[in-house]
Amino acid sequence: MFLKEYFGTIYKASKSLLTGMKLTGYYFFHPKEIQTHEYPDNRGTLKMADRFRGEVIMPHDANNEHRCTGCQACEIACPNGTIKIITKQEIQPDGKKKKRIDTFVYHLELCTMCNLCVVACPSDAIVMGQTFEHSVYDKKQLKKVLNKPGSKLMEGVE
Amino acid sequence: MRLLGDDILTEEGEFIINMGPQHPSTHGVLHLKIWLEGETIKRVQPHLGYIHRSIEKMSESLSYRNFIFATSRMDYLSAHMNNEACALAVEQGLEVEVPQRAKVIRTLMAELTRLSSHQLWWGCTGLDLGAVTPFFYAFREREAIMSIMEETCGARLTQNYMVPGGVMADLHPDFQKHTKEVLTQIKDKLHEYDEVLSGNVIFEQRTKGVGFLSKEDAISYGCTGPMARASGVSCDIRKLKPYSAYDQVQFEEILDTGGDCYARYMVRMAEMKQSVSIIEQLIDNIPEGDFQAKTKNVIKLPKGEFYQRVETARGELGVYLVSDGAASPYRIKYRSPNFSNLSALPHMAKGAKIGDLVAIMATIDLVIPDIDR
Amino acid sequence: MKPLLAISFSSLANSFHQWLTAMFANDMAVMVTEMVVVGISLIVFLVLLSFFLGYMERKVAAFMQIRLGPNRVGPKGSLQIVADTVKLLFKEGLTPDNADKFLFNLAPFIMVITSMLVVAPIAFARDFQIWDISIGVLYVSSVSSITVIGILMAGWSSNNKYSLLGAMRSGAQIVSYELSIGLSLISIVVLSGSLSLGDIVNSQVNGWWIFKGHIPVVIAFIVFIIASTAEINRAPFDMAEAEQELTAGFHTEYAGMKFAMFLLSEYINLFVVSAIAATIFLGGWMPLHIGNWQAFNQAMDYIPSSLWFFGKTFTIIFIIMWFRWTFPRLRVDQLLNLEWKYLLPISMVNVILVTVMAIMGWHF
Repeated sequence: MFLKEYFGTIYKASKSLLTGMKLTGYYFFHPKEIQTHEYPDNRGTLKMADRFRGEVIMPHDANNEHRCTGCQACEIACPNGTIKIITKQEIQPDGKKKKRIDTFVYHLELCTMCNLCVVACPSDAIVMGQTFEHSVYDKKQLKKVLNKPGSKLMEGVE
Repeated sequence: MRLLGDDILTEEGEFIINMGPQHPSTHGVLHLKIWLEGETIKRVQPHLGYIHRSIEKMSESLSYRNFIFATSRMDYLSAHMNNEACALAVEQGLEVEVPQRAKVIRTLMAELTRLSSHQLWWGCTGLDLGAVTPFFYAFREREAIMSIMEETCGARLTQNYMVPGGVMADLHPDFQKHTKEVLTQIKDKLHEYDEVLSGNVIFEQRTKGVGFLSKEDAISYGCTGPMARASGVSCDIRKLKPYSAYDQVQFEEILDTGGDCYARYMVRMAEMKQSVSIIEQLIDNIPEGDFQAKTKNVIKLPKGEFYQRVETARGELGVYLVSDGAASPYRIKYRSPNFSNLSALPHMAKGAKIGDLVAIMATIDLVIPDIDR
Repeated sequence: MKPLLAISFSSLANSFHQWLTAMFANDMAVMVTEMVVVGISLIVFLVLLSFFLGYMERKVAAFMQIRLGPNRVGPKGSLQIVADTVKLLFKEGLTPDNADKFLFNLAPFIMVITSMLVVAPIAFARDFQIWDISIGVLYVSSVSSITVIGILMAGWSSNNKYSLLGAMRSGAQIVSYELSIGLSLISIVVLSGSLSLGDIVNSQVNGWWIFKGHIPVVIAFIVFIIASTAEINRAPFDMAEAEQELTAGFHTEYAGMKFAMFLLSEYINLFVVSAIAATIFLGGWMPLHIGNWQAFNQAMDYIPSSLWFFGKTFTIIFIIMWFRWTFPRLRVDQLLNLEWKYLLPISMVNVILVTVMAIMGWHF
């Protein structure tokens, strides 16, 4: 009885070990199963998901106009103080003074890509961009101004 | 109370070894002080606090919409469930009815997260026991789930998809198709997990009878999740107090009476199958409708205390929220599963070998940031 | 028996010897020159070989783990290991403050030298052998166990508890696995009647021992492969390193070139045990011969003997790598259980079977 148990153990053990070796051996001889993506070689064909949250961007149209009214809803919504909005008083053609955006400062180094600012924005001025290669040599380069120089508020956005 | 100096005392033939805060198998910055006699462990003392980021205190200065994002960084492998727990607590205070569609989406996402979390755990268990290859097989399936997360939520790990009243955005149009593909892939590959690790004789020897935790001890240490269920404690919040859409699906609560590392392993392996079945039941029955209930721009909760708990991949996460009527919480306390689960480690590791300690830690499935918060 | 190529390793060696004899009248000078040349070429060969083995291991691991493996430096990543060596060369070879500095710096050299010593009696091709010592098998098994001294030295002198634990594990492990290696080697010594590796290869001219010796030799072969995997400290028996438990075991404190020497000795050891297994059980450089099939045997002879030797060796190396990338690690006590409860009794019974077989002449 002892011998039967002894050799039974050996048989079961070797069987289980060989099962495992069969699987790894299968993958060794089937290179088609390889999952590696060769980044950055595949950069040209790499497509991120359209909702991917890479960074906050402010789209501008052909006339260099954006939709940001400077309401600061995003600044309040941001949990980390990533966004700072500096506003200025602008004199409209009809003579009225109106609050307009001067600089939209975005600290990429503080951002956690939580999307709360985009959700909070009432005029869809900011969206999430798909770029993800953010590494730079100097921390200062991560502080970005989102509104382009000389840009204006789009007509009809209040 | 034990004085600090007492901890350093060793008896004849004992010596102290510090495992961590940098060590390959502590999965983070956990520091274990181990009293050894040869290879045998006499005592283990976990030292915490290396990754304390004060999430609870920080949340007191954030609004009810904003504090949710930080919980993704506690148990980063079940970020969805953490976010869901916070959202549920806020909704309890607001007394808002979450749309049916949002409930189903939450459940689907939570189960996908549980699957991916268990897959990572499976890979890491293999890794901790010295088998490197399973890790990559686990990541193959996990990667597919992560792509679904990326597609619908916009992020892979710290999704921040839950908002008070529902979810942040509607499902991606391809969500159902891709999820079904992933489910087929996972069901195809689950048998490989058994071939390469579960059935392996070395693995069985390393885990069977190692790190035994009795039912009584599991209860008194406050263990939850797969760890307690492996000791025979029925503690699945999804069954005991169904939230979201868990009352609409059929699934089993996996219980085992072994109480050792092998039982914990088997419970998680069976839970993966249950998660697949839950997703299968829901994926074709996502009701139409809103994905988010209307809430005010600035949320203010009535004065009072709110407590909600969910079942994360590691156990019970409780969110205790005190409101004084202002726009941000007065006090928040998270009852995190990993902290309680870790507290059973010194008990389980007593008398084990160093190799066993690694196996025990692997099957507790620790996520260190969740311990310190 | 006519080799395919007019030039073989043995003819090269012979012509070199004749040229040297013509150059120097003095026998002593010839011998010293030959020794120096052999030593240098052996070291160069082993270093290049361990480069290749490092590359092979990474590729084998990668393919089993559905990855590509190194693919940036050189064609298909083949120069990656050279780049890594250059990196290690330029790293500072740190010595911990409270370490026993002499032993700490000596240990890597002991490891490398002992593993290189074992190469001496291995026959790489027909009539191409550094030293056909008459007690070859005994020499191999005794010299290779000196490695444990290097490991113990490294672990003790590092003044690190992890290193010490790793070294002590390794001591227990190598001492016990030495037994079943010896017993499985003895079964072939019994059959071939000689301790010299050259004689053992020549005794397989009409078939390799693994085919001629029936099941007992197959069992001895399996025991040898398992025990030698443990002997050279490779997973699933890498108790001494045990990354997940002891960070890096006995070489936790080593850096730079001293660390590289441990790697070098690991790969040389891997080659040596595979070469020994190929020589003893699979006929070394001896082509596949089957009894009296003259035509078949002659066809096999056309393949150069060095190809046979390296083909067999690398097959065994691949199997040992396959073990490493499939199995979890055993625990210390389970490791000793395996040896004392399974391998040792089995190989003891096996030796008796082989002896009976040899006396009765039941083998082919």
